[in-house]
Amino acid sequence: MSQTLDTSASAEDITKPRDSLDRRLHGVLHRMPALSPLVVLVIACVVFAVANPRFIRPENLSILLQQAAVVGSLAVGQTLVILTAGIDLSVGAIMVLATLVMGKLAFGGMPDVVAFLIGFALAVAAAFLNGLLVTRIKLPPFIVTLGTLSVFTALALIYAQGQTITLNPGTFLTWSGTVIPIGRFGLTVGVLMMLLLYIGFAYALRQTAWGRHLYATGDDPEAARLAGVRTSRVLLSAYVVAGAVIGIAAWILVGRINGADPNAGLNANLESITAVVIGGTSLFGGRGVVVGSLIGALIVQVFDNGLALIGVNPNYQVLAVGVLVIVAVAADQWIRSVKS
Amino acid sequence: MSEPVLQARGLAKTFGHVVGLDRVDLTLSAGEVLAVIGDNGAGKSTLIKCLSGAMVPDAGTISVEGRQVSFRTTQDARAAGIETVYQTLAVAPALDIASNLFLAREQRRPGVLGTVFRMLDTGAMKKQAKQRIDDLGITTLQNINQAVETLSGGQRQAVAVARAAAFGSKVVILDEPTAALGVRETGQVLRLIRDLRDRGLGVILISHNMPNVFEVADKIHIQRLGRRLGVITPRSHTPAEAVAIMTGAATLDPAQDADDLVDTPRNT
Repeated sequence: MSQTLDTSASAEDITKPRDSLDRRLHGVLHRMPALSPLVVLVIACVVFAVANPRFIRPENLSILLQQAAVVGSLAVGQTLVILTAGIDLSVGAIMVLATLVMGKLAFGGMPDVVAFLIGFALAVAAAFLNGLLVTRIKLPPFIVTLGTLSVFTALALIYAQGQTITLNPGTFLTWSGTVIPIGRFGLTVGVLMMLLLYIGFAYALRQTAWGRHLYATGDDPEAARLAGVRTSRVLLSAYVVAGAVIGIAAWILVGRINGADPNAGLNANLESITAVVIGGTSLFGGRGVVVGSLIGALIVQVFDNGLALIGVNPNYQVLAVGVLVIVAVAADQWIRSVKS
Repeated sequence: MSEPVLQARGLAKTFGHVVGLDRVDLTLSAGEVLAVIGDNGAGKSTLIKCLSGAMVPDAGTISVEGRQVSFRTTQDARAAGIETVYQTLAVAPALDIASNLFLAREQRRPGVLGTVFRMLDTGAMKKQAKQRIDDLGITTLQNINQAVETLSGGQRQAVAVARAAAFGSKVVILDEPTAALGVRETGQVLRLIRDLRDRGLGVILISHNMPNVFEVADKIHIQRLGRRLGVITPRSHTPAEAVAIMTGAATLDPAQDADDLVDTPRNT
């Protein structure tokens, strides 16, 4: 360390080094981690629009958004956890369990609102359990949630007893599936809920002390603790708040499939992580913006939708997303390496 | 000088079989720089962690201005007016300088925006951060919007020192504040320490650097193997003697313990 210190402060002030393109790009990406995924999203949209004009039809874009709503919402909760340098492999399993509880209770005659609240509370409680295991027993988040992933998946299957629940559209529980026509666009209530989640958490992360403490804790937990941040509480709050977000995602899923199905959202655990990582949030914590995860979720959906429209084998979509994940993590490593 | 601003009696801390602190006493008066020296493993860091709330001692008492306190967290110590600059600096790399200065003591907007929406008053915090850095005469930090990770080691040190100096109302503790610094920056930190003392704060300085210690300290507390050997002054002993005592090559005559001297006149 010591060699760099003596000179840099004084030398930097006097002779400002001419920024090379490489350094400037590094600086810009460092300040705006969601910029590169945004560029990828825009380019992908342009390419698919040129290849098949049906892609940019409002009807198609509406469907695309509706398809992205569930994973996009889950990714909000996942972002909170990943910002603390954690990971939650069980978000999808918790969501499915919550949808089954909501669906089954409502199907059994319970008022929708009560059924929703119970399912929602269950999601929060399940995430709280993850948080407790991480903060109190100090187990690695990966291991904790790998375990609870199996637990909650199994509980969902056991509770469902092989049934799929179908609910009537237009009720409180399926309200999130209601289409609101805006011109030729048809956005569902679920899409709007997802967008509200992004707006709310973009605000909370940027404008509140809680948000700053979340970043500081993910960045360097010991430094944050010594500076006076109650890191254990911040960490627990990230999981619990993620649980509330999962509860909302469950509501959106119920509206999307008009019911509950233990096999719906099987891949949502990993898809939410994919969205967050492609969105430029660092798996090492403390770096990233929540809107990046929306961009990440949209990129996955655009590839899915666009490649299908131009008649490419859907397996290539999976391949493309895999490549994107690796590129995103490599880019993050480069951005994190600060050359001062 | 009146009542000690910070006093510790019989502090003890063990880590399994390792004794970190063995019944250590410490007295710090307002307007005084107390250096704590000792070889590696002497218990310097453990001692200041107990005084700053980062660690809870197994036994012993701490009092601030005569009132007994019990620090469970660094927040408790901060509330009592004790600020600490840790050797690791305890700054969040991804946050900017202003955010680091106000980390865990953020200010919210007045009115509904602050109470209901918990909105931070970023503008006011930046303004105050700039003001305080200027007041402290720290010239190495120009742009308070810069992320700390883009700063040099010396600049990061300046951020940590500025944070402690800006908010410490009674005591500022510095753990090896000059270890990573060049000559010019070391001079700035030492000047800052004198400024704090002249403003009537008590300063505890942990350092290996004998020339620095003998330059700014009013008293020197010597630790060895977890125990307090005694307190000397830069006039009663030479740096070589201090090193000899702290390494066990020489012993300190109990009659020379400076803690027993009433009102030590300050060398100016």
